[in-house]
Amino acid sequence: MELLDFARGPALTVALAIFVLGTLWRLAGVLLLPRLRDLSPAREGAPPALLGGLRTVLRRMWPRPEFAQATLFMTVNSYVFHLGLALVMFGLAPHILFIRKLSGLHWPSLPSNLVYAVGVVTLASLLAVLARRLTHPVMRLLSHAGDYVSWLVTALPVATGLLATAHLGARYETLLALHLLSIAAFLVWFPFGKLMHAFLFAFSRAATGMRFSHRGVKV
Amino acid sequence: MSEARELADLLRERGVSRRAFLAYASWMTSLLALPPAMAPAMAQGLAKARRQAVIWLSFQECTGCTESLTRSFSPSLEELIFDFISLDYHHTLQAASGEAAEQARRQSMKDNAGKYVVIVDGSVPVGDGGVYSVIAGQSNVDMLAETVSQAAAVIAVGTCAAFGGLPEARPNPTGAVPVSQLVKDKPVVNIPGCPPMPQAMAGTLVHLLSFGKLPELDALGRPRAFFGESIHDRCYRRPFYEKGLFAHSFDDEGARQGWCLYELGCKGPVTYNACASLKWNGGVSFPIQSGHGCIGCSEPQFWDRGGLYQPLSTGSTDVRKVIGIAAAGGVALGAASAALARKRQAEHAAADKKET
Repeated sequence: MELLDFARGPALTVALAIFVLGTLWRLAGVLLLPRLRDLSPAREGAPPALLGGLRTVLRRMWPRPEFAQATLFMTVNSYVFHLGLALVMFGLAPHILFIRKLSGLHWPSLPSNLVYAVGVVTLASLLAVLARRLTHPVMRLLSHAGDYVSWLVTALPVATGLLATAHLGARYETLLALHLLSIAAFLVWFPFGKLMHAFLFAFSRAATGMRFSHRGVKV
Repeated sequence: MSEARELADLLRERGVSRRAFLAYASWMTSLLALPPAMAPAMAQGLAKARRQAVIWLSFQECTGCTESLTRSFSPSLEELIFDFISLDYHHTLQAASGEAAEQARRQSMKDNAGKYVVIVDGSVPVGDGGVYSVIAGQSNVDMLAETVSQAAAVIAVGTCAAFGGLPEARPNPTGAVPVSQLVKDKPVVNIPGCPPMPQAMAGTLVHLLSFGKLPELDALGRPRAFFGESIHDRCYRRPFYEKGLFAHSFDDEGARQGWCLYELGCKGPVTYNACASLKWNGGVSFPIQSGHGCIGCSEPQFWDRGGLYQPLSTGSTDVRKVIGIAAAGGVALGAASAALARKRQAEHAAADKKET
């Protein structure tokens, strides 16, 4: 069996199984926990709990004005690589085919060259994130191995995808196999590291928002 | 049989002008990716080439390779070169049969010991002592071993001989193996394809006749000049891939417009062959041009690589069942974790109550 056959076959199958099992395990484990009941009456004028939660989810998409200046780089850069990742993941025809085979869902693709350009910007943005994490004293102190693994398994699919598209460094089938293996690594790590924030961010923000809005705290 | 006659004599007899011959040498030099300065050397070498003794062994094959090479297109210099070689043994083409045919093979081996070339098409079944394919009472594996023992070189023609091909596809009931797995002490050139391109065959022979040595090979033993670039890189539909314009089915607007066939399972990006540049039937067309994606027939195990119509970027196995089981397992584990947490919470609450 060649590397590409291994990547397209057993590696992807096992990775997808771990991804689905791990993600649903964590989601079900969190969502089925009993809700902490707040027995106090809601502050006058407090919005319904769900609306309060939803507001917080949206409001925290951008920092409060007093923090905007200090967090400008991280905010903008985070948007760049998150949107870049989304465009690359959901815009390139081969990726849509991958999703289509799994879910049946599909949509029109973007031009491959445009996705390639977005991929380059995304990789640069991810490198900037890493540089900041390595150079900022507080970030360095807060970071642990899992954070670097999360960065690595996010950046590798972008880097290997760009190399495969550009046919740089090795033959296409080798680069495609490495790209698929890097995606497999991403899927395996996803449920167990901070990448899980892709699903949990909405629930954690909403939970905070619901509590705060009940107490009349403006978010 | 080999003889003192030179190729130039034959070409002259057949009315091939010196100008046409030089033009052919230049074309072949370019085809073999040799420097232009090599063209005169090739012409000289080719003109002085003697008849090369060739023994052609057909094992587990469909004769498609022979059909491709002998009926490729209108009479050409390639055809004359094939005429020129001394094909001392070939099941389909030789007049002799039975013991006389086997005698011709052994006679050629004796007369040209150390100098003849063995061309093999078809894979070699080694399962159960090689009983699945026997010629004149001799198994293919034994015939190959006997014939290559005094050969100068071996050329495995077609994907079956080069990589095992269809006979080697799962479950491979005959234990089929490629020639290179059995021949270890002679140079082996693989010219895969189902069928292989006649130009690759002619190019290899011309190189051998002109320079007395085999052309440069890639990691899979294929002549680099013909198998050095992928179909995708040379495909005229490549710009549509870059633009993101794909045919979604074989009869949609994209197919009619001639857009990229990647979504329909084209294996062009991982297939190395010259179909897209040299094309078939005298340069008329090739599979992608006629509306079907490349099936990757010149690559090892092309039959077992996840379906001819499965796009490359998708997995090669059906994972829906596995995902269903994983999803059920994940929800069950999550529910169990939550239940455990609830139980602990209740125990703590009860303990708190007791304390107060």
